[in-house]
Amino acid sequence: MTTDGPVGAPKIADETAADSATDAAAPGPVGAKPAHDEPGDGDTLLNRFLQNLWAANTVTVTVLSVVLALVIGAIFIIVSDPDVLSTFGYLTARPSDAFDASWTVVSDAYADLFKGAIVDPATITAWANGTGTWRQVFFPISETLTYAAPLVFTGLSVALAFRGGLFNIGGQGQAVVGTITAAMAGFFLPLPPVIHLIAALAAGLLGGALWGFVPGILKARTGAHEVIVTIMLNYTANLFLGWLILQKGVQQPGRSDAISKTVDGDAQLTSFGGELRANLGILLAVLATAVVAWLLNRSAFGFELRAVGANPPAARTAGISVARTYTLLMVTAGGLAGLGGATQVLGTAHALTPQVAGNIGFDGLLVALLGRNRPWGTLLAAILFGALRAGGNRMQSFSGISLELVTVLQALIVIFIAAPALVKAIFHLRAARSARLGASMAKGW
Amino acid sequence: MACAAALLGAVIPSLASPPFVPRLQEIPLRLELRGITKRFGDLVANDHIDLTVEPGEVHALLGENGAGKSTLMNQLYGLLQPDEGEIVVDGVARTFRSPRDAIAAGIGMVHQHFMLVPVFTVAENIALGAEKTRAGFLDRRRARREVLEVSERYGLPVDPDALVENLPVGAQQRVEIVKALTRDVDLLILDEPTAVLTPQETEELLEVMRGLSDAGKSIVFITHKLKEVKAIADRITVIRRGRTVAPSNHPATAHNRTEAYFSPQTSEEELASTMVGRAVSLDIDKAPAEPGREVLKISGLVVEDERGVRAVDGVDLVVRAGEVLGVAGVQGNGQTELVEALMGLREPRAGSIMVDNENLIGMSTKHILRSGIGYVPEDRSHDGLVKEFSVAENLVLDQYDRPPYGNAFRLDPGAVATAARERVEQFDIRTSSAEAAVSTLSGGNQQKVVVARELSRPLRLFIAAQPTRGVDVGSIEFIHGRIVHERDVGTAVLVISSELDEVVGLADRIAVMYRGRILAIVSPDTPREELGLLMAGITDGGTPATGSPAPGTPATGSHAPGTPATGSHAPGTPATGSHAPGTSAPGTSAPGAATPGAATGGAATGGSGAVAPGGGAAASDDDKPAAGDGAAEKGTK
Repeated sequence: MTTDGPVGAPKIADETAADSATDAAAPGPVGAKPAHDEPGDGDTLLNRFLQNLWAANTVTVTVLSVVLALVIGAIFIIVSDPDVLSTFGYLTARPSDAFDASWTVVSDAYADLFKGAIVDPATITAWANGTGTWRQVFFPISETLTYAAPLVFTGLSVALAFRGGLFNIGGQGQAVVGTITAAMAGFFLPLPPVIHLIAALAAGLLGGALWGFVPGILKARTGAHEVIVTIMLNYTANLFLGWLILQKGVQQPGRSDAISKTVDGDAQLTSFGGELRANLGILLAVLATAVVAWLLNRSAFGFELRAVGANPPAARTAGISVARTYTLLMVTAGGLAGLGGATQVLGTAHALTPQVAGNIGFDGLLVALLGRNRPWGTLLAAILFGALRAGGNRMQSFSGISLELVTVLQALIVIFIAAPALVKAIFHLRAARSARLGASMAKGW
Repeated sequence: MACAAALLGAVIPSLASPPFVPRLQEIPLRLELRGITKRFGDLVANDHIDLTVEPGEVHALLGENGAGKSTLMNQLYGLLQPDEGEIVVDGVARTFRSPRDAIAAGIGMVHQHFMLVPVFTVAENIALGAEKTRAGFLDRRRARREVLEVSERYGLPVDPDALVENLPVGAQQRVEIVKALTRDVDLLILDEPTAVLTPQETEELLEVMRGLSDAGKSIVFITHKLKEVKAIADRITVIRRGRTVAPSNHPATAHNRTEAYFSPQTSEEELASTMVGRAVSLDIDKAPAEPGREVLKISGLVVEDERGVRAVDGVDLVVRAGEVLGVAGVQGNGQTELVEALMGLREPRAGSIMVDNENLIGMSTKHILRSGIGYVPEDRSHDGLVKEFSVAENLVLDQYDRPPYGNAFRLDPGAVATAARERVEQFDIRTSSAEAAVSTLSGGNQQKVVVARELSRPLRLFIAAQPTRGVDVGSIEFIHGRIVHERDVGTAVLVISSELDEVVGLADRIAVMYRGRILAIVSPDTPREELGLLMAGITDGGTPATGSPAPGTPATGSHAPGTPATGSHAPGTPATGSHAPGTSAPGTSAPGAATPGAATGGAATGGSGAVAPGGGAAASDDDKPAAGDGAAEKGTK
């Protein structure tokens, strides 16, 4: 109990107010609908669209979160540039200097972010003049998709587990094991082309699935909390990778540093050639998104996992085996993260290093949050993260802004997404019925 | 509960029969609501409602789910602001911007869902929001003292040092009431206070309400339970679809809606049909049963609860095709565990459960459901429904992987949607669409979803646990009709309920369960008193049936007067005589509510004897024939 007691009462009261407002509105079938469909007053499709746009729906809040993050990011860019900062020293004397300098540095930075992530108009001109190639035009997109592909898998892994009521924080470990098994299959198995690639991908999937099975079965049989088990398995996987790379037979012959042999060419994910690093991984990612979407909404297993995720006792009473669902769910989630690791090592890295999986497992958590645990949302979120990463690289090399700013931007976006009330308050959005944002994340902890 | 019901009926004439007379007017607070109107979009939740609450009055607000009762009270408590109309307290019009204003004006509210912090003690919870500090530190001693004072003054036993999470629901509610009283309120709003209570706890609460109104506090009592209203209310206002409804025979109806209240003498039938807006039959119409083969045969079943205590202790039961076997008993006597064992949700220690000569023990729940057994769990929001799912999804919650809805791999959303539309139609489920989340439905309609799901496939055995708990009158009638219909098509039906009316009305045979055993199997024509005694563990000999495991349990001070009257029991048996005075100690009430099978409402009803001395005996004389008639009537229908 705290001494700031008096504050407590109104808080409780507010909550009840909100509760009872919804309660009161619930009985009438559509009672809760605010009075925004005024009859007669231009109830056109366009009108409705605009109204919906400004209602606090998921898409609007997400877009505004990105905008807000960019605005705050701009402040950071200005503050972190000593030259621009110095112009603020004589702000009162010549304010235009400060504003011009700020505008220049921010617009340059964000222009580079865009050019690095989507397209650089200069390359189009060059291609049209015959001085450049089409590859240069598509290079930024290629980079974006390259970074996005593994994130799609790890994001789906987290999202799927979350829908089943499990917090899979072990995407990192599962992805790492996926990279290991996929790479090993890639340089040990003597298989013909195509089959070799399929075998390597399958190995990645199985490796991740195995790493997901452990917390799954422990949760189902003993009730061990999946968060703790998966965190521990993350360490285990990382340290195992570090040890494995240095073993004879695995380590690249003739190298003393921690790098493994290279995956056979026919086990690598085909890329588009040249400087375009984007590979089959992104197509697999889209495919995986479709499969997960089907699994969630159209399959018996998806029904079971959603029921277990929302109300385990009711699922059990309806004859659904909660233990079986948890185990199967973690296996599936682990398999997805494992595939993410496989696309990383078979698509871009081609060899194991201690940092081969980067941060894709943990970024997957953010991607799933940003995508609101929906498969297609997760895909889009992963592409956004990929774009920030790709654009960030260019921003760093051209505008001299550190790559960490991109991480800051990502963090800001996620914070705003996680606090939709903040975004709504800033933009005075009308509360829409679909605006139960963040509610999904509140559960499970 | 039977005894509770009997006595509950018994107190009506003694306490509430004279037309309303304000009691002790120690702190008068007269409340008037004038033309209160509240709109939510197109929905008019409250339409010019007038209501007067006199000092010391218990004013019941009766209405179906969604009629607008809670909306009205939330405006009174400052949680919502009325669009029109005024709230007049002691002749002064007031505006309540927040509950703080309402409390300052002397109005307190106890919500249906308690607003307590489970890990805090009672005293801490009560101090929360109005903490008194001394030199910057929380004055715990003062908080404790306040709690003790209030609980003493109003006869509300609460232990200020107990952790709220360890208290049974009834005691938590007392904490809420004490909390309101420490804020010096003179008018207390109780929002469906009995929805979460067991019958004994309900009886205790009614006692508390009587005590408060004797002390001059006014109470607005929101409910849709007719019996309680009749037992406690001085006046009754019925709200239907946001409007107050006047009695049909009321002379002043046309021009003065302020007078549109009912007296507690109004019959239950009239109140029910006023609430629902059409004639409602509270009796269950059914033809005599035509029992066929033995479908369910339970023998020697032993089931333990979580703590390893034998909750079901050697139960033998037979349910035949085409009959309803009702299991009556105070909640917590092993009914829950019995049903869970039947459904494969709990592994029995011993015994067998045969359905058409197939042993269910060891089968998975899914398999049991598949073998033609339908199950309505007692707690629909916990076990029966996935609130986030749509109505359609909930309607196939245990059938999703069977044709036509799908198979082991995939679902057929088209078939699910088609079936859902049919069920919604067939079972009169009021929902905006089959795709709406089931949480947007009222309690009664949610229950209809569960019942519809279970009754929409061919069944051999149908198990319904508390099928109408927290369900409004109209839906109760419908659900009972479906259960009887299921029996008539030849399904064996097992109904478990702690509502004696429900068991008596539905069952063709009644098994009374007490402390994990079936004490007796009786006909529904059995007098209520006798059923009540059985539920309290007293068999014909006047001794507690389970003897050894139940030391000092029969707590039947209240039964003593009833026993000689019914005549069917050995009157004046030394055993009964010795129990009567010895066990009616009111102090046992709180633990009684917590431990299964202990003190079946005895303590509570004993308490009522204390408030109205001598009333108990006199009342039971009045009541006995009435209740007997009621039972006989229902039995013959």
